[in-house]
Amino acid sequence: MPKRLSVIDVERCVGCQSCMFACTRRLGKGGLEGACLHVRSAGGIRKGFVVVVCRACPDPPCARVCPTDALEVRSGSGVRLRAERCIGCGNCVKACPFGAMFWDDENNKPLVCVYCGYCADYCPYEVLAHEEIAASVEATP
Amino acid sequence: MSLHLIPGDPLPRVLYIDLTRLRFWVQERPDIFESGMGGAGAAIHLLEEECPAGCDPLAPENPIIFAVGPLVGYYPLASKTVAMFKSPHTGNLGESHAGGRSAVALRMAGYGALVIRGRSQRPLYLEIDENNVHFRDASALWGLRSSYTAGAVLRQNSTGSGYRTILRIGRAGERMVSYACVISETYRHFGRLGLGAVFGSKQLKGLIIGGKRSLEATDKKAYRAVYDEIYRAATQTDVMKKYHQLGTPVNVEPLNAIGALPTRNVQSGRFEHADAISGEALAAGYLGRRVACAHCPVACIHLAALRLPYPNDPYFFKTAMIGYDHEPIYAVGSMLGIGDPALVLQVIDECEVQGLDVISSGVALAWASEALEKGLIGEKETGGLALRWGEAEAYLQAIRNIVLQPNDFYRALAKGTEHAASIYGGSDFAMSFGGNEMAGYHTGPGGYLGYLTGARHSHLDSAGYSLDQKTPVSSTTPEEIAAALLKEERWRQVLTSLSVCLFARGIYTPDVVTRALQAAGFGWGCADLEQMGSETLQRKNAFKQRQGFDFSNLRLPRRIFETPAPAGEFDEAFMRRAIASFAEHVNPQR
Repeated sequence: MPKRLSVIDVERCVGCQSCMFACTRRLGKGGLEGACLHVRSAGGIRKGFVVVVCRACPDPPCARVCPTDALEVRSGSGVRLRAERCIGCGNCVKACPFGAMFWDDENNKPLVCVYCGYCADYCPYEVLAHEEIAASVEATP
Repeated sequence: MSLHLIPGDPLPRVLYIDLTRLRFWVQERPDIFESGMGGAGAAIHLLEEECPAGCDPLAPENPIIFAVGPLVGYYPLASKTVAMFKSPHTGNLGESHAGGRSAVALRMAGYGALVIRGRSQRPLYLEIDENNVHFRDASALWGLRSSYTAGAVLRQNSTGSGYRTILRIGRAGERMVSYACVISETYRHFGRLGLGAVFGSKQLKGLIIGGKRSLEATDKKAYRAVYDEIYRAATQTDVMKKYHQLGTPVNVEPLNAIGALPTRNVQSGRFEHADAISGEALAAGYLGRRVACAHCPVACIHLAALRLPYPNDPYFFKTAMIGYDHEPIYAVGSMLGIGDPALVLQVIDECEVQGLDVISSGVALAWASEALEKGLIGEKETGGLALRWGEAEAYLQAIRNIVLQPNDFYRALAKGTEHAASIYGGSDFAMSFGGNEMAGYHTGPGGYLGYLTGARHSHLDSAGYSLDQKTPVSSTTPEEIAAALLKEERWRQVLTSLSVCLFARGIYTPDVVTRALQAAGFGWGCADLEQMGSETLQRKNAFKQRQGFDFSNLRLPRRIFETPAPAGEFDEAFMRRAIASFAEHVNPQR
């Protein structure tokens, strides 16, 4: 089964953003550019955090609104970007209700999770998990 | 000329902002970053350039400098920003460090340092991103009762959530209390030495900085390997455990047990209610959330959830989230004789609302309480407040009075303990050192020598309190203590120039630092670091001396010799010898 990233318990998130740095570091770089997930405060740190990840929808709206089929639906669920087809219209960004489709300003193309799970290895508090889709659908309401 | 810097890395970019002319520009300063590396080392170069000797700290000539170091953005726990300015509290070096998201945000915006000059004609705040500086009107925000509201408004009126830092002052800063702080992300602070007042003097209400970028690593494989080593040490070993679990208040009980918890203005080193305000008690009864600085998996920031009823309105409650640490608990808990944790939290929160440094506030009020007890001041001075140990309600009002300054007494207290005692007396028990109020350790001569000789008069300069707990007075000499503190303070210049959190000093050993720098692509080696540490400390002390600081004029409150300390008995002659030895060795040998 294909895997995806799941937010297991956002209440345990401390806002360290280690996951975001990990996503950028996949490519051997420091910093935050290109990170395909996002952690921000829920309106001030006292209220805790919001963790935005691509939940690999079975029928992803981002793919449906793509005029050039640059976002392919992965077998099972989730999407894969065929960058050579992308015209940079940004429809996908608007279609995702979670804001999980990020943007690469330099190349004018979306940035989307590749479901590798590297970030989850750097979550110190088990907020994130990399799990098989069938199992995670069962586990999370 | 890139010897040590990485080509293309934005670290040496300095953003200059002139508040008088509402202009900004960027200058590449590899000269400064090559020799000073970043953080404290770079900031002192900029302060030397920008701050004229003898200038009034609240005049437009006094600059505000923020700087971060090379490891920020690359490695975890490189999460601190160094602020430098001339301190309105001590009249010499103003240096204060804060975490939150400030360091990552400044680095990700594409700058190694920020220099703010001049004074705005009307209140404003700045919004800084990768390409621009926006000067935003803050006249409507001036005078807001609560710093929380100011933070919320700035958050609401800016973009970049998750990538930005929001720095702001409270009313204490606006009204230029000499120990007003700058608040970062609500729960972290440029707490000490009055940066908030310098913001206020410039009519600068806040600063939002944000950006995202990537940083190239020369050796990608080594970079990931060193990263993992540091990350594992921070999350899977015991090195950071105490910060991780109970947080800094883990110290309250052990310090009390050895008689080192300053109590009732250091009339004692033991507080009978220490167990009630300990890290354990707060975690059990109040801990509501733990949060982290950006890029720090440790999450030492502990927030208490305090549920408070409205006394005259049944079924009305508020739940406040209040940050707590060892120093605030000591300063407004044991130091003021408040043993009820709910009251301690309320006093901490009032300092937060007003934007005051909680350590200086607590120590100033402790002096005032003893001065009242001894009849040096009366109710005329306190405005009718019975500032008596444990009377939290009176202290809450006194904190507001420090900000509102309704009479001469509170105007004096708003300039600090040293100043107030110079007018009203009680110098023997005015617990400030080099003009800065003491931190929460009555351990012995090392601790006090650290407060006195540390470049920013902070317990974190040289950690003398730690030395005291390992080395009794009977087995050492003043010169040995001075040498140990000097060695520690020099190395800490390296860490603070890298902008590594000092809590991570056990992880960032010279070996780890060198390998971390190399893997990213920086060229500094072990010998460079050592030289840089000594030089930065020399520069800081030279700056202080140009501004009038003199080791031989330091005031020693008699109280420190009277209350038994765990390291053993010591006297003024012992301390004077230690100070002289430190002074002799910290300055360049010519």
